Amino acid sequence: MSDRLLTASAALAEALIEEMTRDERIFILGEDLTAHAGIFGQFKGIPEKFPGRILDTPISETCIAGCGVGAALTGMRPIVDFHFSDFVTCGMDELCNQAAKIRYMFGGQVKLPLVVWCPDGAGLRAAAQHSQSLEAWFVHTPGLKVVVPSEAADVKGLMKASIRDDNPVMFFQHKRLFRREGPVPDDPDFVIPLGKAAVKREGRDVSLFTYGSGYFLCQEAAAELAREGIEAEIVDLRTLKPLDFETVAASLRKTYRAVIVHEACLTGGFGAELAARIQAELFDFLDAPVLRVAAKDVPIPFSPPLEDFVLPRAADVVAAARSVCNR
Amino acid sequence: MAKEKERKDDRPVETKTWRAMYRTMVKIRLFETLAGEYFAAGQIPGFIHLSIGQEGSSVGVCSCLRPDDYVATTHRGHGHMIAKGADVKRMAAELFGKATGYCRGKGGSMHIADFSIGILGANGVVAGGLPLIVGAGLSIKLRRTDQVAVVFFGDGAANRGPVHEAMNLASIWKLPVLFVIENNQYASTTPQSYSCAIGDLCQRAAAYNMPGYGVDGNDVLAVRETAARAVAEARAGQGPSLIENKTYRVRGHFEGDPQKYRDAAEVQRWQAENDPLRRFEDFLRRRGVLTAKKIRRIEEEVRAELDAAVAFAKESPFPRPEEALEDLFV
Repeated sequence: MSDRLLTASAALAEALIEEMTRDERIFILGEDLTAHAGIFGQFKGIPEKFPGRILDTPISETCIAGCGVGAALTGMRPIVDFHFSDFVTCGMDELCNQAAKIRYMFGGQVKLPLVVWCPDGAGLRAAAQHSQSLEAWFVHTPGLKVVVPSEAADVKGLMKASIRDDNPVMFFQHKRLFRREGPVPDDPDFVIPLGKAAVKREGRDVSLFTYGSGYFLCQEAAAELAREGIEAEIVDLRTLKPLDFETVAASLRKTYRAVIVHEACLTGGFGAELAARIQAELFDFLDAPVLRVAAKDVPIPFSPPLEDFVLPRAADVVAAARSVCNR
Repeated sequence: MAKEKERKDDRPVETKTWRAMYRTMVKIRLFETLAGEYFAAGQIPGFIHLSIGQEGSSVGVCSCLRPDDYVATTHRGHGHMIAKGADVKRMAAELFGKATGYCRGKGGSMHIADFSIGILGANGVVAGGLPLIVGAGLSIKLRRTDQVAVVFFGDGAANRGPVHEAMNLASIWKLPVLFVIENNQYASTTPQSYSCAIGDLCQRAAAYNMPGYGVDGNDVLAVRETAARAVAEARAGQGPSLIENKTYRVRGHFEGDPQKYRDAAEVQRWQAENDPLRRFEDFLRRRGVLTAKKIRRIEEEVRAELDAAVAFAKESPFPRPEEALEDLFV
């Protein structure tokens, strides 16, 4: 099957259409979904193709999330659209106390096939309450899977896997990347299994472990580093939980140097978790401290120079890579 | 009360159903009493919340339900479980933290469920069941079955935000949901008269354009009559209802609650004058549905069933510690 260029947004819609065609238990629930096919146009074609299976709700994030849980417990396979990932705070009980715990605390009696789609990330001058990257909160909650795709093909393949998974999945897709195009296999059976990282650029000198928007910073940084004679390996983690630590380990055993890159703020971010595991399990394969490149520890500010200053840049990745390579 | 009894005495006799309801009420009362005793004896870990005095609500509502209907319950959920048909052996084992319990020892009293009979779980979060039951109602509507979904919650939960979202959403989509408030007059230590801006919580139904019924929750047949109507309307696609069963929490919020917030005399008055089990028993005897002899036999049979359940729980093994790592994901 050949690849076509699709935007990340079109890749999402294609995944949903294919899966909704395959399984009539799948439906989408959220605010403002039918008038414009989602507030980002991300569900293009779905309202016409699946009337009654993409449902507009009132502004009731608590109940929308809980509704997804209740429907998943009773034979459906809901996809909950959270409008902006920032609004997960209004559904935290339903996501973290209910969805994450129900299967476990009831002794494995039931499956909970729920996908929570969260458009996240900064760079759109949307300021503090519409720009966050909150994946680490959910990684810290046992019972949830956490997926953060970067390229269009990842969006499609991982969304299909998330829908087919019988567990609750938090799916974070970066808003600024919706229109970014990438090659996507023209194959309805193209699925990327959860818990499988991808080595997207091979290199011998330093491993860049990243996910989501961080991947594109690493791409840019790797090109710059190559000009300086440093060959960076880029590992796109894609799924943070379950984490493909084997691929992380294999890369590090080759490069002996690690930089972790994410857009979420530094302190308590996923990079801290990954750095801790690397030092605990791969200490003998480290020739330098593990460095992290992340946003500064403030809310995302509005004014362009402020926002740009807070967010991680490719130059920061380059500097960190040089540092661990003693250059 | 006298007037109401007169009215009730006119209703046609449903011997088999009433006897079954009575037996279930006895079973709940005794299960709760035993749970309190074993908790006090230190044999049940954690903490437990008993529903003694609220049997009229759980049995009255669940007597209208089918096995495939859904129920979401609360931290005070033993009665709802039993009324919906749960196995008291597996319930007891769960309370004792045993591997044979409903949740293999992972849930305990506050987190019991039996999905095979539509019980979507007790809930440790007050009002946690409401958004879930709206999802169950939506699922019923999308699957085009005639099931109904019932959520029990208290006067304390009634003040939480999710209640508003859930009732509004269920109403605009006309979902087959029963919102059942068990107004037992106290949210932990706080009286309903203090915490709610209105006295009759059923009035809130008007804000959601759904029927609201205020019921004497300690009159099990009045509860049954109201629930039957709401269930029939829900099955017929006419949307949700709110039922407020006015009742009383005879025990403390949790076992061991020092209860400094109320007089012992208030509790005794409710027990003496308004015990739902005693009231139903008197009614059934007046109507000739039960005799003292039959009542004695039901009590003995229930006692034997619960003694066996407790023995099963006690004899069952604890889970292996490593089982703590199981059941997280499919």
